Order: sequence, then structure tokens, then C-alpha cells
Amino acid sequence: MRIELEKRPDVSKLFAFVSPLLALALTLAFGAMMFAILGKDPVEALDAFFVEPLLEVWSLHELAIKAAPLILIAVGLAVSYRSNNWNIGAEGQFTIGAITGSYLPIVFYDWHSPLVLPLMLLLGALGGALFAAIPALLKAHFNTNEILTSLMLVYVAQLFLDWLVRGAWRDPKGFNFPVSRDFAPEAVLPAIWEESGRAHWAFIFAIIAAIGVWFMLRFTLKGFEVVVLGQSERAGRFAGFSSKKMIWFSFLFSGALAGLAGISEVSGSIGHLQPAISPGYGFTAIIVAFLGRLNPLGIIASGLVLALTYLGGEAAQLSLGVSDKVTRVFQGLLLFFVLSCDTLIYYKIRIVWSRVRGVGA
Amino acid sequence: MSIFEAILLTVITASTPLVIAALGELVTERSGVLNLGVEGMMIMGAVAAFAGAQTSGSPYVGIICGIAAAALFSLLFAFLTLTLVANQVATGLALTLLGLGASGMLGEPYVSVPGIRLEEIVIPVLSDIPVIGHVLFRQDLIFYLSIALVIGVSWFLFRSRAGLKLRAIGDSHTSAHTLGIGVIRTRYLAVMFGGACAGLAGAQLSLVYTPQWAENMSAGRGWITLALVVFASWRPWRVFAGGYLFGAVTILQLHAQAFGLGIPAQFLSMLPYAATIVVLIIISHNRRTTLINTPASLGKAFVPER
Repeated sequence: MRIELEKRPDVSKLFAFVSPLLALALTLAFGAMMFAILGKDPVEALDAFFVEPLLEVWSLHELAIKAAPLILIAVGLAVSYRSNNWNIGAEGQFTIGAITGSYLPIVFYDWHSPLVLPLMLLLGALGGALFAAIPALLKAHFNTNEILTSLMLVYVAQLFLDWLVRGAWRDPKGFNFPVSRDFAPEAVLPAIWEESGRAHWAFIFAIIAAIGVWFMLRFTLKGFEVVVLGQSERAGRFAGFSSKKMIWFSFLFSGALAGLAGISEVSGSIGHLQPAISPGYGFTAIIVAFLGRLNPLGIIASGLVLALTYLGGEAAQLSLGVSDKVTRVFQGLLLFFVLSCDTLIYYKIRIVWSRVRGVGA
Repeated sequence: MSIFEAILLTVITASTPLVIAALGELVTERSGVLNLGVEGMMIMGAVAAFAGAQTSGSPYVGIICGIAAAALFSLLFAFLTLTLVANQVATGLALTLLGLGASGMLGEPYVSVPGIRLEEIVIPVLSDIPVIGHVLFRQDLIFYLSIALVIGVSWFLFRSRAGLKLRAIGDSHTSAHTLGIGVIRTRYLAVMFGGACAGLAGAQLSLVYTPQWAENMSAGRGWITLALVVFASWRPWRVFAGGYLFGAVTILQLHAQAFGLGIPAQFLSMLPYAATIVVLIIISHNRRTTLINTPASLGKAFVPER
């Protein structure tokens, strides 16, 4: 048996829409198999993982909290990936954004003003953008592979945060725990509907960012430039677009959004700095971006789906006694199925049963 | 044993996994496939090797488990990128994300279980040479394998017919296909060889470097490996030299901490990552040399005309 691909004359509109859904369905089927192997009732397990977290108002709030950084980061990454710039270091830009944004509420703890919060958000976005400027500079001027440099910087950022909360920024009254002092109330991102749950303004930022970027990609010259340079650098050059400037734009933009996500998470959800501030949001956002087909509106939906895998993982740990690592496995599988189902958009797949030649896959 | 010998030994232990995984990735990339999933394959190899050694009681069974697990895991990547022509960059990332998650889940029962260390094989006569004998000829199997791999891969690529075909595929898959060379089949084998090497490197981590299992214990080494291949401009002996350079940086950092230079430990731990970036800048600076050395069809999908 072997698999043959035949290029479709046109991109299949049907499969462009169906493929992410198919990928989700396949992930669920594989998940059910995995639970069965772990000795759990698959139906009950999938219910606990994907349905129960949606049934209560407070956990919908939690969903929004987890989805916010994913959507914010992924929307930035979509711009970067569409222009063929591979920013893989969003996790690092998230961390640096959290640090630069926390500068005010930690170092100037006694400064109380309604300006604190907006300034924090600005500093966070600025920090993320500046950190992303490093791989941009290296790619634009030294031709250095941005995948590797942006990734190496993730480790640098995490070690820097670790040093800060154990050293200069450690709370003197923190019983020697590696945490900073808690943010003052005016430095905390407010909740959206305080009466029903914890969801805070980061979710609103995420939706605004997604709609804004959707508008930019669809209706503005900058968006057109992103798409053209991403599809063919040569074509872009003929149109007078500079790929160097695009490197800068895409990295600064995606870095700023990741940084904003970082400070929003620390200010809205955690309330102080600590060694671990992200359950891998920067990496999961890569999956979110692809599952959303690099389309900002699709990313809102896929961000909610991946936020659900985090919640489901926590729930499954409590109610089923399975490891919360299941979350990561689900996320990895999902990306695999998204990528394989995308083949259907461009190719017809034929399975040939006779005559084994070449690869028997 | 002198301090000098002790330092040399730790450098070797830190360098061996880098050299092995980078050689595997080198062969994969020479065939024109960019597999960014080294970190994921390595960590799968590490957990499988640890589990295999624990269940059987023998580290050698562990090594075989590590190699087999990572090679099988790399098949996922091969199927997606070669058969289904999915984007290689994204699929490689997916492999790493899945590997980190799956290894965490599979390895959970082994956290803080005391590990089995792979013992040294003392080579008679040679091991009696002062200094060199102690350092080079009282080593574990994986070290000897790493040396054999450098020689073997170098011979294969530049002295054998199959290696010539592999390089031809990496430089121009369409011409190679026209000549009747099985592009897809060769690439499948190259990807699996890369997986097997990453698995062996992972086994070294959990059986020699730190004989235990901890989540994310590969700590970015898979990524450093990818930089190493660029650094070596796709040549096996330069991978060897580069691997030892990076290993030395890692060890330097540990010893600097022990001496208490007054530099915070976190900054010293940044050294290997910072060094990787600096090396990448130096290597990539000259566009022309990178262009000449990079396999021309690296990262490009191949769909045979039918």
C-alpha cells in the first residue's frame, strides 16, 4: 500500500474550512484511545476533559483567562508566520514583557496613580518588542536563523526572571520564597464582570488585537505587504516592499503582543512575579496560530479550544487521576493533525493498494 | 586523578550527546530535510532509555529502547513531511511539543527513582597510557559509539555510493529523481537515522550524564544541536569539534559556579545559549559561504510528478 498525492487545480475551499474541524475530531478520537489504554472509560474521560469545564460560569471565566494570552500571542505570531518570519521565541518575549511591565509596581511600589496600570501595559509591550528586536536585528543584518536565535533567548529570559525573583526583586517579607512583593491594587488588571468570576481585561485586549489584525491583514497596505512578502519575497521586491523592514515589523509586532500578554497575565492573574509565570503559553500559541489557519478570527476560536485543553487537563487530574501532562500530549497531537489535514486543501490523496514501490507507508 | 583529567572527563560527557544528535541531524539535513524536532526526539529517547534500563535492569537494553523509541517517533515527522508534504518547520515544532508532553507523561512513574549508570569499558593496554589513557580509554559504550559515528558518517557521506546519492538528493531532489534515485525512500531512512541518533543522545543523558529521569531534562540541547549543524557547515568532523566546543562552554559554566566568581549562577547558565547565538552570528555573517554549504533543497517539499 502506498499513498499518492495529486495536486488540486484549485485550493479546496471546502477543506480549508473542514480541515481544522477534522483535525479536532481526530485528536478527540486519539485522545479516547489514549484514555482507554490508560484504563479510563473514554467517554467519561473526554466528558471530564472537554465538556465539564464548559458547564459552569466560573470555569468559563477561567477559560477566558487561559485563552487571553494564547490569542494575544498567536495573533502576533500569525503576522510573523504569514510574512515568513519564524518567531518561535514568544515564550521569552512573554517573560521579558512580564518583567519590564512589573518594574513600576515592584520598584516604585509606593507610587499610587491611575497612570500605573496603563504605563505597566505599555512597558510590557515595549519590553516584549525590544526582546524580539534581537532576533530581528540578527536576521536582518547578519542573516542569522531566527528560529534558533529566538528560541535560545527563551532560556535566557527564563533564567533572567529566575535571577530577579531570587535576587534583586525578591520580597523581603516573602519568607525567603522566590517571589516578588504583591502588586498594589491599582497595578492589578481589573476583572470584567467581578460578580461572576475572575476573567480580566486581558481577554478584551485579545479580542481587540484579533479584530485589529484581521482588519490590517485584509484591508490595509501593510497587511497586503505581509501577505505578498510571505508568499514570495521576489514578488514583494518587485512591488517595492522591503523584506528587511518586514523582518523588523513582524518581530516587533509579535514581540509587543507577547509582552503585553506577559504583563497582563502577571498583573491580572498572578499578582506578583515568580520563577514560573507561564504554562508554556508562548509555545502553545504556535499551535493556536496554526489551528486558526493564521487568520486572526480563526485564532479567537482556536485559542478558546486550546485554553480548554489546559482546563481539561486540570479537571482530568482531579476527577480521573491522570497526569496533567495529558494536556501537552493533546496539544501536540492537535498540531500534528492540523498539519496533516492541511494536505487535503492542496492535494487529493489516493491510496494505491497494488504494486509496492518506493515507500510502503 | 588530576583536576585536569577530571575536567576533561566532564567535558567529554557533556559533549557526547551534542555530537551524536548533531551527526544524526547532519545526515537528515544533507538529504534535504530540516527536522526541528531534535529536542522532542532526544527527550523521548531519554525517557525510553531510562524506562528500558529500569524494567530490564540493564543499561544496554535501555540504550536500545532509547534508539528504537526515537527512531519510531521520527517516523511521525517523516510521514507528515515526506508523504503528506506538510510544512517541515511547523511539523518539527509539533514533534518537539509532542515529545516534551509525551515524555513527561510516560516518565511520571520514574521521577526521583534512582537511575542505573552505564558502566565504563576499560580498554586493556591503551588505558594504561598516562592522562590520555584514563580520559579516552576508560569510557562508556556511548562515547566509543560517538567516535565511531563521526568516522562512519564521514566515510558514508563522502566515500560511499549511497552517501553520494544522499547528498545529490539534498542538493537537487528533482534531478536526483530524474536519475532514478528514490528520493522519498532515502529521506525516510535519513530522518530515521537522525531519530536514532537523537535517541542515543537522549539515552546518554538519562544513563550517563545524569543517571535519572527529570521532566525537560534535555534542557534545550536539541536546539543547540541544530545550531551546531549550521556551525559545522554540514561537515561531520566540524560537528565533532563544535560539539566539544559547546560541551566545554557548558562545563566552564559549572566550574565557574564552583569557584564562586561572584557571578550569579543564572547568568552562567545562560552561557551555552548565548554562545550558540554568538556562534550563529559569526557563521551566518557571510551570506555566500552559508549559501554554498547549505544543502540546496533543504526544507523544500518534494512531490514526484506522476
